[in-house]
Amino acid sequence: MDFQSFMEAAFNFDNYSELLPLVRNSIWAGAVLGLLGGLIGTFVMMRDLAFAVHGIAELSFAGAAFALLIGANVVLGSLVGSVLAALVLGVMGIRARDRNSIIGVVMPFGLGLGILFLALYEGRAANKFGLLTGQIVSVDNVQLNLLAGCAVVVMAALALIWRPLTFASADPDLAEARGVPVRALSILFMVLLGVSVALSIQVVGALLVLALLITPAAAALKVTSTPLFVVLLSIAFACVSVVGGILLALGGRIPISPYVTTISFAIYLGCRILGNRRSSARPARVRTAA
Amino acid sequence: MVSLRNAGLSFGERVLWEGLDLDIHPGEFFAVLGPNGSGKTSFLKVLLGLQPLGSGTATINGGPLQRGNRGIGYIPQQRPFAPDTPLRARDLVGLGVDGHRWGVRLGGRGHRDTVDALLAEVGSSSYADAPVGRLSGGEQQRLRVAQALATEPRVLLCDEPLLSLDLHHQQAVSGLINRQCHEKNSAVVFVTHEINPIIDYVDRVLYLAGGRFRVGAPEEVMTSEVLSDLYGSPVEVLHHEGRIIVVGLPGTAAHHHHPAGEV
Repeated sequence: MDFQSFMEAAFNFDNYSELLPLVRNSIWAGAVLGLLGGLIGTFVMMRDLAFAVHGIAELSFAGAAFALLIGANVVLGSLVGSVLAALVLGVMGIRARDRNSIIGVVMPFGLGLGILFLALYEGRAANKFGLLTGQIVSVDNVQLNLLAGCAVVVMAALALIWRPLTFASADPDLAEARGVPVRALSILFMVLLGVSVALSIQVVGALLVLALLITPAAAALKVTSTPLFVVLLSIAFACVSVVGGILLALGGRIPISPYVTTISFAIYLGCRILGNRRSSARPARVRTAA
Repeated sequence: MVSLRNAGLSFGERVLWEGLDLDIHPGEFFAVLGPNGSGKTSFLKVLLGLQPLGSGTATINGGPLQRGNRGIGYIPQQRPFAPDTPLRARDLVGLGVDGHRWGVRLGGRGHRDTVDALLAEVGSSSYADAPVGRLSGGEQQRLRVAQALATEPRVLLCDEPLLSLDLHHQQAVSGLINRQCHEKNSAVVFVTHEINPIIDYVDRVLYLAGGRFRVGAPEEVMTSEVLSDLYGSPVEVLHHEGRIIVVGLPGTAAHHHHPAGEV
């Protein structure tokens, strides 16, 4: 493939105005996922759960592949897989060290199961590939409603536990002494994370969930420490990545995920450069702790 | 304020302490000393309601020990925050004020004023809007004091709050704790392995060692006779310019009272 044909495959805006209405639902879905990913991502960063997100995504993929195989609802299968994985990590892996080794053990098993189910599946190949790398499937109204409904529940729960969860994430010792149910919050958060991962997989795929749940929040943290700005920027970055990715992917023949990941990576790079400028302009205080 | 009757704590066969009768009064600066593993931190966890007593009873402010008691302030060991932590100094202090409540904090002039007052009280106003991850250990520990004072506690529990701070910040932080004790009349329980930074403030000492303990004024407890008896081996306590130097602690004990703390 020469450069010319690559560009045609990647960026094709012929008949754009006719295509756009067809993916209206996908764009809405992307915006909802961006909102959700940006919100939950800030806690993922604070709680150092990036690797856990990856692990949950693989199990979610296995669940979705199993659902595909037996002809059940794929979103449901993916939800079951990721919530189960999140619960296991939440209950067994309290300390980061334990957690990482458990993820390292569980993740390849999940991925292997998923590949097994896909190998047994005899339906359309595009369905298989989409689970891993994402797709702009024509999201129908039922799917959009399911997605938006789940997202609203997750966001409402997150709003309810926002302050104690921030406390428990930043400062678990003091939070526990103050009567915050640190452990229960940790498990509840893992469930919310599991649901968010399962929803995100529907658009960006299992392998690239990190671009939605980690990168935007990580980028936001490079440029600000004010909690409100971190959340708003993280949401904005995630929405721009997903919706922008869908709009760019529309005419081309390439799956959606490279667009999403490239945009989100570019935002991260920009924020890093900006962040380095910020810290060199105002040098970090000299640490006096011996 | 803090009351223990015949209190004991053991892990399996190992008795940390037992038969402890103790009343800590308002405005009293009470230090808990002892080697590593003697049950100093467990003593604090009992008071925080995080660790049940093995035997006996205990009350704080007349009520039972339980987590989240608003009458208690807690200053944990200094543990640095990750550089990326999305909190400013004022947000951290704010969590000390109402971090245990459900929901999202909505605006609130009153909240802002409370936090500003706390920051001013511990001398942290100049870096109120700086990210906590970029503050020094000493600056972070001042914020810990502000968090602990947020509920205007009658009892202040401190777990090695001076650990890994330089001399300047040790003095600043212990001075703040002393003010809460002797000017605002809170009871202070101060767990430490090093008495010298707080020697001018301490009213009484609980010294834990080898499953036994001794309570009394520093000059009664920090003597060669008492410590030799507690450790079951000869220990020498020297006094030098108002500082206490303990020589000959058993085992690896030499580092407990390392020279850096005796400046």
